[in-house]
Amino acid sequence: MKAIVAVKRVIDYNVKVRVKADNSDVDLANTKMSINPFCEIAVEEAVRLKEAGTVSEIVVVSVGPKAVQEQMRYAMALGADRGIQVETAAAPSSLDVARLLAKINEEENADLFILGKQAIDSDNNQTGQMLAALLDIPQATFASEVKIADGKAEVTREVDGGLVTLEMDLPAVVTTDLRLNEPRFAALPKIMQAKRKPLAVKTVEELGVTLSNSTELLSVEPPAERQAGIKVGSVDELLDKLRNDAQVL
Amino acid sequence: MNIYNAPAQDTAFVLDQLVQFDKLCEAMHLEEVNLELANVIVEEAGKLASEVLAPLNAVGDSNGAKLSDDKVQESPGYSDAYQQYMENGWATLTAPEAFGGQALPNVVGTAVNELWHSANMAFALCPMLTQGSIEALIAHGSDELQQAYLPRLVSGEWTGTMNLTEPAAGSDLAAVATKAVPNGDHYLITGQKIYITWGDHQMTPNIVHLVLARLPDAPAGVKGISLFIVPKFLLDENGEPGELNDAKCIALEHKLGIHASPTCTMSFGDNGGAVGYIVGEENKGLAYMFTMMNHARQSVGLQGLSISERAYQQAAWYAKDRTQGSRKDGTKIPIIEHPDVRRMLMAQRAGCEAMRGLALIAAAEIDRAHAGAAGASERVELLTPIVKGWMTEMANELTSLNIQVHGGMGFIEESGAPQHYRDARILAIYEGTNGIQALDLIGRKTLSDQGAALAALLDEMAGVEAELRAAGLDKFANRYAASVARGAEVREWILENAGADRQTMGAVAFDFLMLMGYLSGAWVMAKSAASAKALDAQESAYGAPFLSAKVATARFYAEHYLPRVEQHAQTLMTGLDAAFVLTDEQF
Ligand SMILES: Cc1cc2nc3c(=O)[nH]c(=O)nc-3n(C[C@H](O)[C@H](O)[C@H](O)COP(=O)(O)OP(=O)(O)OC[C@H]3O[C@@H](n4cnc5c(N)ncnc54)[C@H](O)[C@@H]3O)c2cc1C
Repeated sequence: MKAIVAVKRVIDYNVKVRVKADNSDVDLANTKMSINPFCEIAVEEAVRLKEAGTVSEIVVVSVGPKAVQEQMRYAMALGADRGIQVETAAAPSSLDVARLLAKINEEENADLFILGKQAIDSDNNQTGQMLAALLDIPQATFASEVKIADGKAEVTREVDGGLVTLEMDLPAVVTTDLRLNEPRFAALPKIMQAKRKPLAVKTVEELGVTLSNSTELLSVEPPAERQAGIKVGSVDELLDKLRNDAQVL
Repeated sequence: MNIYNAPAQDTAFVLDQLVQFDKLCEAMHLEEVNLELANVIVEEAGKLASEVLAPLNAVGDSNGAKLSDDKVQESPGYSDAYQQYMENGWATLTAPEAFGGQALPNVVGTAVNELWHSANMAFALCPMLTQGSIEALIAHGSDELQQAYLPRLVSGEWTGTMNLTEPAAGSDLAAVATKAVPNGDHYLITGQKIYITWGDHQMTPNIVHLVLARLPDAPAGVKGISLFIVPKFLLDENGEPGELNDAKCIALEHKLGIHASPTCTMSFGDNGGAVGYIVGEENKGLAYMFTMMNHARQSVGLQGLSISERAYQQAAWYAKDRTQGSRKDGTKIPIIEHPDVRRMLMAQRAGCEAMRGLALIAAAEIDRAHAGAAGASERVELLTPIVKGWMTEMANELTSLNIQVHGGMGFIEESGAPQHYRDARILAIYEGTNGIQALDLIGRKTLSDQGAALAALLDEMAGVEAELRAAGLDKFANRYAASVARGAEVREWILENAGADRQTMGAVAFDFLMLMGYLSGAWVMAKSAASAKALDAQESAYGAPFLSAKVATARFYAEHYLPRVEQHAQTLMTGLDAAFVLTDEQF
């Protein structure tokens, strides 16, 4: 069984995000970049499925400039077998990524697609869903447990009210939530091996896809500074403030 | 707060700009290794260091290793952490491929070891000593011993110890009295060793002790000591740990620091003799120890950097968090804004960066020496006592500054600041006290070649003045050039006065060691500042804030530490003869 795992290079989750002076975008100059945490969970899940003997090959795909190869190599150090980079100047919109993944699958014919539920930079939460729609296959988003048996996937999803368990035929798309697993540290010998694993680079033209560029970033604003809190003397005063000042009750 | 983050960016800068790592790899014919890979390795090690090892540091301090029923129980959580360390392959980093190692350069091993020691020095001592036993076996062990022990030591499945010290043999190992009596294909060892680090624990199914002992007919003194392997469990016919050997830990020391590192009194042969196998030839044990000395001593120097870096990170965090005093608008002032606190933080930072540069340059010289580069062995010999001695003295000063930054809280154990200060204190003592390092530097490393290696180093240092001027750092260049010139004068003075009497050299040796330390630190910081200026802030991956901080930190080093070169030079050139006026009884 072949699994495709898509990974995105994003600003490291520990980095304090700065906005460019002209508000055109987030300032990424000299900031630490890492694999999107949800994508890392996706890789880990695929590796666990491979260790369990369910998955036989893990193909990691990333869309973006050459630098994304760092994150692909990291995915390989965690256990992915080979990589396909689609070379683009910047990270394209979710829809374009989904279209590129669908195109790649024409050759790869994967049985399982594991993606992060969202990337922590753009927070869109849509690539997995779009991919499932484009391929016309089932999807289970926000997965907190994945079981694969007899050509079917049983996925427990985290939803507002609790948990929902779905059974789907394969091929299918799974997007990962935080509690699906805790990714391992990359082991030294695997970091060394990752350098030798095959990594193919494809251009958008080679894949015959025209990027739609359907979204445009207009401006980025930093979140408002948090105001200092106040101390209240009693529960009554707290209730009064919630009711009258904050007007939340 | 006592969290730790690997200083990956500074490590990358040093490897790139000071060590010229890619060139080094070319010289070593390592096609697959480059700076990018080294950076990934350091980053990944940093995760295990900060997320797994660092949180156990305080745990081990308050729950030290314990002895009961002849068994040492390591601190809670340490065994699990060790399994993770081992399973992730970190033990294999620099060992040869033939024994399951990754054969990465020593300088990468050093960069990674810095992180382990920062995160948890007491823990990291265990792999550090294992590395020592691996080196001894690779260099001097028979094929049979290598096959039996090396793969498991390299993988980390077993750990190693170094059994040198005895009650009457510390700095003077010629006094070793432990006996080894030939008995068929092995020897029977009897005697007592003290202060043996990680001499026992339950983290691995076997422990491999390297033991210095004396054969019955051995000549007296240094030429009569042999080196043996004494496994905790003898290997059965399948090479697996079987019967318990006649060697055990009979007591643990109560110590000032590194509580999680068991310091064992080891008793060999209480029941007739521990089975030991000779490493190499008889009576060559001490010579063998010398071949491993550079690496071992540099490792202890590195610990000085590690503990200082950990303390610096804590001080920087505290100084931003703690407020004292108010501004006119009523807002509180974080103590980091008080100039004296800033002075202390900069002293810590500049010290750490200088030490990191020096440690990695010295480690890379070991690689260059292995690759046969001209002058590299001599440079290793010269730098080693400086790395060990100066960096561990710095550790005492810098961990003390962390306490001072904390104010009263720094004296309170709960803050965590005292632990680093207490832990640091061993570094100037073990692996050859700094007194011994100083004698080594002035004697074997300077006088014995008439100051040739030192002259080569001073020449190279002098060359950096031009780089500083080219970078527009003229004031720095003036200070630096004057100090290097002072170093050259001191060299002359030592060569001229060496004949006078042995006492003089012994008395001034420590000042010479410290002088060379501060000067080497300045050399590193001068190179760093010049490189940082030469890099294009826009284009370089380091970024403008990092590069300008580098230059400012280097300047601070020159203003704060460099004058100490002059102080040590003045003391040294007095010959300190007043030290020998009093009779012993007058003390
Ligand atoms: C926590 C800890 C862990 C250790 N781990 C190990 C280990 O794993 N394996 C091991 O074998 N040993 C270990 N040691 C022993 C350590 O290496 C010795 O303590 C050290 O070498 C000093 O020897 P000593 O204690 O006998 O001091 P001494 O040799 O008695 O020294 C006392 C003082 O005299 C000075 N001095 C001695 N001789 C001279 C001289 N010729 N010239 C000038 N000054 C001199 C010293 O510098 C020192 O200031 C450890 C020690 C400690 C405390």
